[in-house]
Amino acid sequence: MELLGLDVLFKGANAARLLQGLLVAVEISVISVVISIALGLLFGVFMTWKNPVARFVSRLYLEVVRIMPQLVLLFVVFFGATRVLHVNLSAEVSAIIVFSFWGVAEMGDLVRGALGSIPAQQYRSAQALGMTDAQMYRHVIVPQTVRRLIPLSINLVTRMIKTTSLVMMIGVVEMMKVGQQIIEANRMTSPNAVFGIYGTIFVLYFLICWPISLLAGKLEKKWSI
Amino acid sequence: MDYGAMIEYLPLYGHAALLTLRIGWIGIAGSIAIGLASALVTHFRIPVLHGIARAYIELFRNTPLLIQLFFIYFGLPRLGVPVDAEFCGCLGLSLLGGAYMAETFRSGLEAVEPGQTESALSLGMSTPQVMRHIVLPQAVALSIQSFVANVVFLLKETSVFSAISLLDLMFVAKDLIGLYYDTTECLVMLVIFYLMIILPVSIAGTIVERRLRHGAFGA
Repeated sequence: MELLGLDVLFKGANAARLLQGLLVAVEISVISVVISIALGLLFGVFMTWKNPVARFVSRLYLEVVRIMPQLVLLFVVFFGATRVLHVNLSAEVSAIIVFSFWGVAEMGDLVRGALGSIPAQQYRSAQALGMTDAQMYRHVIVPQTVRRLIPLSINLVTRMIKTTSLVMMIGVVEMMKVGQQIIEANRMTSPNAVFGIYGTIFVLYFLICWPISLLAGKLEKKWSI
Repeated sequence: MDYGAMIEYLPLYGHAALLTLRIGWIGIAGSIAIGLASALVTHFRIPVLHGIARAYIELFRNTPLLIQLFFIYFGLPRLGVPVDAEFCGCLGLSLLGGAYMAETFRSGLEAVEPGQTESALSLGMSTPQVMRHIVLPQAVALSIQSFVANVVFLLKETSVFSAISLLDLMFVAKDLIGLYYDTTECLVMLVIFYLMIILPVSIAGTIVERRLRHGAFGA
């Protein structure tokens, strides 16, 4: 325990604080995921429009998100918004804005991909069987789209959870930051805390993301056509 | 905007961009090597190594780079293994990227139909010959899209290096904002420099992808 610096975890409320930091990270990702899924579904449909303006706008948006590191976006929103727009955003709100901005684009692209992957015969066969448009979407198109979409969007969720580790860099007190504080506070008495605390966070992130990844993999296999 | 200040900061950003690029490319080269090795080990189900490779891939795919870097950079010296920041950056990026590349290469290998291998073997080719002439060329073509995505992803991930006090673009930007409050200028330069680093890769990737698609036999 001493050697690995795990003793620090059991001092005072350290373990509880660490978990509280984890909750902050989870909270930010849950809010962002909900926004991303809701708006992403709409954006995905928008991306399938043939209108050249719609195409250009969605393409540009997607490229910006693809190319800019999330940390750069966090900096731009957190430091830039105050300066340019004269609004004071808290670090948490900045994080949610950036994660949603990123999530909507990625989710939209997944929706576009899923819609595009439904072969045209499926539409025609449904019509040939005399289904109305509503019936066709309800029984044929949507179920297939959802099956393709769910595993991929679950992966997006794990990526968001992992990326919450970055929000400490703009000053959100989440798990990484709490870990740093605990290590700083116990520097003299247990110098090995750095190993134990960072090791614990490493394991915690893994314990959260791994089951979600496994689930996504399982669903993908089960639903692959 | 204060263009004078921007010109003044240019050398600092340039220097930081070179550091980002250096670590980025070393890390990507490392991840290709690690990824290829892990993919082959898991593809051929080599005993013991197979289990180790799977554990490594799952562990590094499901944790953020930041905690991996912290663990390597701050944790290992306590166990008596000293690491310097730049080495830590390269190692961290290689390990993270290796796990992603391994999955890319493995799924590429798996996507080549078993019939292809069987036909080649029945023609009297040896296993290395089959790999070299039949399986690998197709696997490469099939995995190029996700390979390019990985390279872009890894270049983006280099942005967290400032957390282990490497003087990269993020570090310079944050430092200058703190010193002079030229927030807008510093952020604009940050965005431009990342565009210059990642945009060419993204465009080149799209071109290569289009060219190689013909090799994938309509897949």
